[in-house]
This record gives sequence, C-alpha cells and structure tokens, in this order.
Amino acid sequence: MTSPTTEEIVARCEALFDDLTFSHAREWKAAKEGRKVIGHLPIYVPRELIHAAGMLPLGIMGGGDNLEVIHGDAYYQSYICRIPRSTIELGLSGRLDFVDGMLFPSICDVIRNLSGMWKTLFPDVYVKYFDTPQTYVDDIGGQFYIGEMRELLHDLEKISGHEITDDDIRASIEVYNENRRLIGELYRLRAAKPWQAPASESYLVMRAGLLVPVEEHNQILRDYVAAAAATPRPIKDNARVVLTGMFCEQPPLNLIKSLELAGCYVVDDDFILVARWLMGDVPTEGDPVENLSKAFLHNSMETAAKYEPVLADKGKFLVRAVRESGAEGVIFASTSFCDPALLDRPMLQNVLKEAGIPHIAFKYAENSGQMQPIREQAGTFVDSIKLWSAA
Amino acid sequence: MRPTAAKPAKQEVIKDASMLKQKEMINAHYERLTNAPETGEKVASTFVPGNLNELLMCFDLVNNLPEVNAIQNGLRRKSGAYIMEAERAGHSEDVCTYVKSDIGMMLKGNIGPNGKPLPKPDVLLLSYTGCFTFLKWFELLREQYKCPTIFLQTPYMADGKITPNMIQYMVKQLKEDVIPTLEQVSGVKFDIDRLREYLKKSAQAEDDLVAVLQSAKNKPSPIDAYFGGIYYIGPIFGAFRGTDDAIDYYRFLREEVEERMRKGLGPVTPDGTMKEEKYRLVVEGPPNYTNFRQFWKMFYDEGATVVASSYTKVGGTYDFGFRHNPDKPLESLAEYCLNVYTNRSLPMRIDMLVNYINEYEADGLLINSIKSCNSFSAGQLLIMREVEKRTGKPAAFIESDLVDPRYFSAANIKNRLESYFQMVEQKRSGRGKAA
Ligand code: SF4
Ligand code: SF4
Repeated sequence: MTSPTTEEIVARCEALFDDLTFSHAREWKAAKEGRKVIGHLPIYVPRELIHAAGMLPLGIMGGGDNLEVIHGDAYYQSYICRIPRSTIELGLSGRLDFVDGMLFPSICDVIRNLSGMWKTLFPDVYVKYFDTPQTYVDDIGGQFYIGEMRELLHDLEKISGHEITDDDIRASIEVYNENRRLIGELYRLRAAKPWQAPASESYLVMRAGLLVPVEEHNQILRDYVAAAAATPRPIKDNARVVLTGMFCEQPPLNLIKSLELAGCYVVDDDFILVARWLMGDVPTEGDPVENLSKAFLHNSMETAAKYEPVLADKGKFLVRAVRESGAEGVIFASTSFCDPALLDRPMLQNVLKEAGIPHIAFKYAENSGQMQPIREQAGTFVDSIKLWSAA
Repeated sequence: MRPTAAKPAKQEVIKDASMLKQKEMINAHYERLTNAPETGEKVASTFVPGNLNELLMCFDLVNNLPEVNAIQNGLRRKSGAYIMEAERAGHSEDVCTYVKSDIGMMLKGNIGPNGKPLPKPDVLLLSYTGCFTFLKWFELLREQYKCPTIFLQTPYMADGKITPNMIQYMVKQLKEDVIPTLEQVSGVKFDIDRLREYLKKSAQAEDDLVAVLQSAKNKPSPIDAYFGGIYYIGPIFGAFRGTDDAIDYYRFLREEVEERMRKGLGPVTPDGTMKEEKYRLVVEGPPNYTNFRQFWKMFYDEGATVVASSYTKVGGTYDFGFRHNPDKPLESLAEYCLNVYTNRSLPMRIDMLVNYINEYEADGLLINSIKSCNSFSAGQLLIMREVEKRTGKPAAFIESDLVDPRYFSAANIKNRLESYFQMVEQKRSGRGKAA
C-alpha cells in the first residue's frame, strides 16, 4: 500500500471538518452494538477516561462558518459569542442526536451556563459540567480533581454498563501519550520548516483528531508528518508568528489561510488545546487517575481560562512559545465578546512589551466573512517585522 | 446636542430612615478605608458573591469591594468616564464594565466616593464564585498592586447539589492556604472562636433580612424587592456581615417594614410611598446603575412593584434557609459561597424564578439583560421561555448595562415596559373572561 500524499490527507481531514452531521462518528457508533459517543466542548476534558470506557470522545467546536444558524440565535443576545448558539443549533437540528452524553468543561461562564441549557433542552442526554481545579496543589486541587474524575468514571460506567478498570485507563493513557508525541512532532516540524507544514493544513489535521478515534488520528498524524516532511515546497520570505486566543470559538479556516496569504508562517498557536493540554507523557504506572491529575496540575498548557497563581509567571508561556518556535511576533486573535481572552490580552501584551516581542491584535467570530481588514493588518505587521529585523 | 431648557429644580428624594442609617454606615466605612494609611489598618480587596467578611474580620482587615466601588461610581455617573479610560488603556469594548470601571478609577487616581484616595490593598482575596471574570479582574489588579493574592475556588453547583467533594475542597483551601496567608499578611493569629462569634452575628442579621424580603408576599408589598432590595442587601452583602451594625440595621429595617405592612403601605420610592400596587413582578438580572432613579421611576409610575428578584441573591441565598453556622464555621463559609445565585445551575435558576412567581403571586417575569455580564446573561432567553412555559405568566426582556451609560436607552426600555404591562393586563382580562 502506498503512503497517502499530503493532499490526500488534508482532503480527508477537510471532509471530516466540513461534515456537520458527524457521519464518521455515526458510522463508528453504528459499527458495533453498544458503542457510545460522548461530546465535549473546548478546552479540556480527560479524553482518556472516555476512551477507557470504550466510548468515542467527540470534540464539538461550534458550527464554523458553514452552519446556518436558524434556532440558535433565539437563545442568545447579540453580545454573546457565537459558539454557544451554533452548538445549540447543532443540537436542535438533530445533528448531535447520536451523542449519548455531553461534557462542558469549566472554561467560562458561557459554556458553564450552556451546560444547564443543555440539561433543560435535552433532558434525555447525560450532561456534565466538568469542573477542573484552578489551584495546583496535589493535596487540595488535586484531591478535588481526582474526586471529579472518579465521579465521571462512575457515570461512564453507568452509561456503558461495564466496569472501567485501572488497566483500561492505563491503556488509554498510552494511546493518548502516543497522540501527544505525534502532535509534538507535527508542531516541531511546523516550527522548523513552516513552509512544509502550513498552519491551515496542520489545523485540519488537528481538528480531525476531535472527530475520529484516537488510534485513527495517530495514523493520520504519522502519515501527515511523514508526507509533509518528504515533499519539498518553496520557501517564502514570510514572518514567523505565534497565534493566540483561539482556544475556544474557532476561526474560519479562511482566517488562517488569510494570515498565510498575508505573509505569516504560523509556527505555534492555541488551537485544539484539548490535544496539547497535558504536556509530555502521562506515566502509566501507579494510580492512573492520580497521574492524570498530576499532569493536569503540574504539566499543562497555559491559557486565558486558567488562573495563574504566580505573578512573575503570568504570560511567560507566550514568551516561551515565541522563543521555542523561533517566532518573530505574536498575533492576538480573540473571539468577539470573549471575556477570558479579551481580559487576559492586556496583561499578555505587557509581558510581550517587556520581552521586546512585537504583536498585533484583532477580533473574529466563527462566521466572520470579511477577511480583507485582517489580511491588511497582518500584512502591515509582517512588513514591520521585516523592517525591524533588517534594522 | 445640548438641551437648552433650564435645569429643573432638584427634587427632594424621599428616603426612609433605614436608608439614612445605611448611608451613615457606608460613609463611615469609606472613611475607615481611606484613612487606613494613617491608622495603619490593613486592607483586603475582595468580591461580593462569596465574600468572607467574617473571616477577614478575624484578621482585623478592612474590606474593600471593587464591585461596590463600581456601583457607587455608576450611581454618581462617574463610571462612564472610567470605562472609557480603561478602553483607552487597551481594554476591549466587549468585556465586563465593572472591571473597566474599576481599572479606569485606578488609572484616574483611585478616588473613593468620599473624594479621598482609596488605599492600595495589602491583599487581594480572590474568592471566585459564580463568575469567571473575577479571576481575570484580580489578575489585572495584582499586576498593578503586586500584592499577595489569595485564591479560593468555589466549584459550580452544576447538578443542583453540593457534594462532599466540593465542601472538602473548599475547606482544604481555607485551612491550608487562605487562612495561613491571611495570618501572614495581617500578622494576626487565626482564632476560630472569634470566627464563630461573627458567624453567630451574621445569622441573626440574616434572619431579619429574610423576613424583610419575604414581606413582599404581602399585598400590597411593603417593599420593592429589586430597586429597594438593592439597599436592603447593601450591608449584608458588603462589609458589614458579622457586625453589630448589621444586626442593628436589619432589626431596625424589619421593624420599619413590619410597620408599613401593618399600615397597609406600599414601598417607599424616591418620590414617596407608592400609591397603588397595580403589578407585581419578579425580576431576573442586575439593575442599571447609571440611570438608576430613572429606571426605577418607570416602574413605580406605572404602579409596578418588584416582589422578588434574583439579583438580591448574588451575595447569598438566605431565603432558602441557609444561615452561617457557628458550629460548622469553615463548612458553612464554603456552603455560603457555593449557594450564591450565579453559582447555581441554569435549571436551579429557572426553578427559583418559577417558585418566586408562584409564592409571591406575581404577574410575571421581567429580565434585565446586562450587556457585559456573561455570568448572568448567557442563557437568559431560555430562562425566559421556560419560566413562561411553566407559569403561564408573561415574561419580558429588556437590555441595559450595569455601569456603562452608553447602553442605557430610556426610550427603548420604557416602550418595552409599557407593552409588557399591557400584556399583563390582557392576560388578566383574558383570565377574567374565562372565569
Ligand atoms: S469564546 Fe470565550 S466567551 Fe465564548 S464560550 Fe468560548 S471562552 Fe467563553
Ligand atoms: S461578568 Fe457579571 S458577575 Fe462577573 S464580575 Fe462582571 S458584572 Fe460581576
């Protein structure tokens, strides 16, 4: 069997991304009696536990710019972001009717309240607001988190009708460790040779991971990294940037493409954080739930939805991302009306200012259509970076 | 365009005696705060929902509440300029205006309502209850003040119940982090008996507050539980819970309200006692503070009294029986935080509003949706539908902002209210005919 080309892989991922009826997950479920699907919203849930229950975690990231929102708008005022209304649309239009449960992570008040709305609108579906600790001491936040995970496991056992053993969880951690390693490779390739693995492609490859079983995603990642590294592409005189603020409501694919057209190599980002949240391998020996907790507490990504307990560490993750990816600037792209991202931004901008890292900021919505202003702004930013580095 | 007409003579605002008493208490508190640099008292900034006033008092810390400062600035029409100042400094027009009002105030010298500069806090007690924005708010303040910041997370009551895991988590945070750090900052050793003493006092005032709020079940209601309610909750949601002052105030207020009830009087409004109670409403959502009097007037001019509101439960839901408990001091602080209104799931909020409509025999629900408050606003349209469905009573939706005057459109709100009152009338006459 010949290995698939980058075009083939990207086309497959794009088809998955475009399919708002989630046929792949439906087919997976239908293939075997008793299979269950658990949906989750951004940003983080321990997918290992769902996997250990033999279920498919399905990442739901709103409706993008292709979904016609008919009912969803009746549930939200104009001054609330788009993702909850398009998610409601997905639910009310029956697109999620095969989903057996929904997890709403503790990311912000909008997603939090959406968990209660889901309970009210879909009383027959298992709904859980998945609370995570914002304090990072094992004995305090860790104990709480372990308690929450055990509660989730208990619920999943009820839904699946069978026990979930520690060995099941260990095996799942192993598969997700592999996923994390492969994603690490993808991001390293992007940072080293962004022309070989453009952000718009890598984004689709990452999104696919929310829609297919992790084993399948691992293969997609392997294939993509191999193919992308092997096919030489022309090098452009682009500026290398880190993109941040896109951890929840997703940008239209066109937005990422527009940034590339404007001369950006996006060498790091905060897309699909669920897959990159835990950094490095989670140990498999010992108590697996405790290991997940420790990884969450001590070795996980920073983002606006998280509390930073140490003032001196605030925003340092961004400086680190810039240094490690060799970026020359940062683009803050935040969802309109997103309190976490927009309130965090000035603090992060101050940190960047101090570190002498150039940056720009703009807002978007998942259904933004007009890319011209963003392209112009990014183009000017690229030019100024070039001038700056030439000086 | 500037209005050319001569300024109308300032009308005398009618205040009941309890309001005057409260004013004195608040003024004295602001004096204490602004004098802190001279007196050497240490200051803790903290939030209203889930505030731990009794605990702060155990460390002789003076409580500064940025939300209350924002309200004061809204009422004094200063918040608009502060918000613009924060936006000039790089804050988005999209985010919570309480935060921006506070930051703008800080940028402009942090002058308190008494005209004197507010002191820098010695500690930020980030008791994070019912709203994620608090978390960012204090990260922003910490960036400026660089003072110790204590974090207390309250898990969300998503499934309508408080689990042992939640309580254990909160008590552990209190024991192992909050209390030791407060000891360090203040130099005062923690004494649990002192805490018990304050909690006992809290419970006493809480009893009287509940009696006042529930007096609205009477017809006519002797209070307005939203516009007036905001005054009634002031001391207990602010810096006075656990003090003798609060006990006195609530006893006094209760007597005043019971007296009005005996006389069959309606609520006191800024224009005097309300004459006829034509409509009884339940209100969900915070009020607008920049045009507070004008907003209230739209109600009492029409004979509309608010008999119950969710906003008066943001600093605690005492009417369902919770009291601070000296026998379980830390657990009861945890339970208190868990119970605040915005920490309750949406189905719980719906149940609560439905019950209010039934128990207070209200004509319907009115939602004031706050543009910049996701915590309250996200989901309110569903709340409205559900409450209408379950009570068969009409509901209406208006929009404004807490402290941003740019989002108060008097004409729009008035129109909506007028058509809402018509709807209530129609519903009544419809029912009349059917009967
Ligand atoms: S986009 Fe921002 S405000 Fe909207 S749901 Fe996501 S985190 Fe919350
Ligand atoms: S978002 Fe709402 S609840 Fe949160 S701080 Fe702002 S006004 Fe208060």
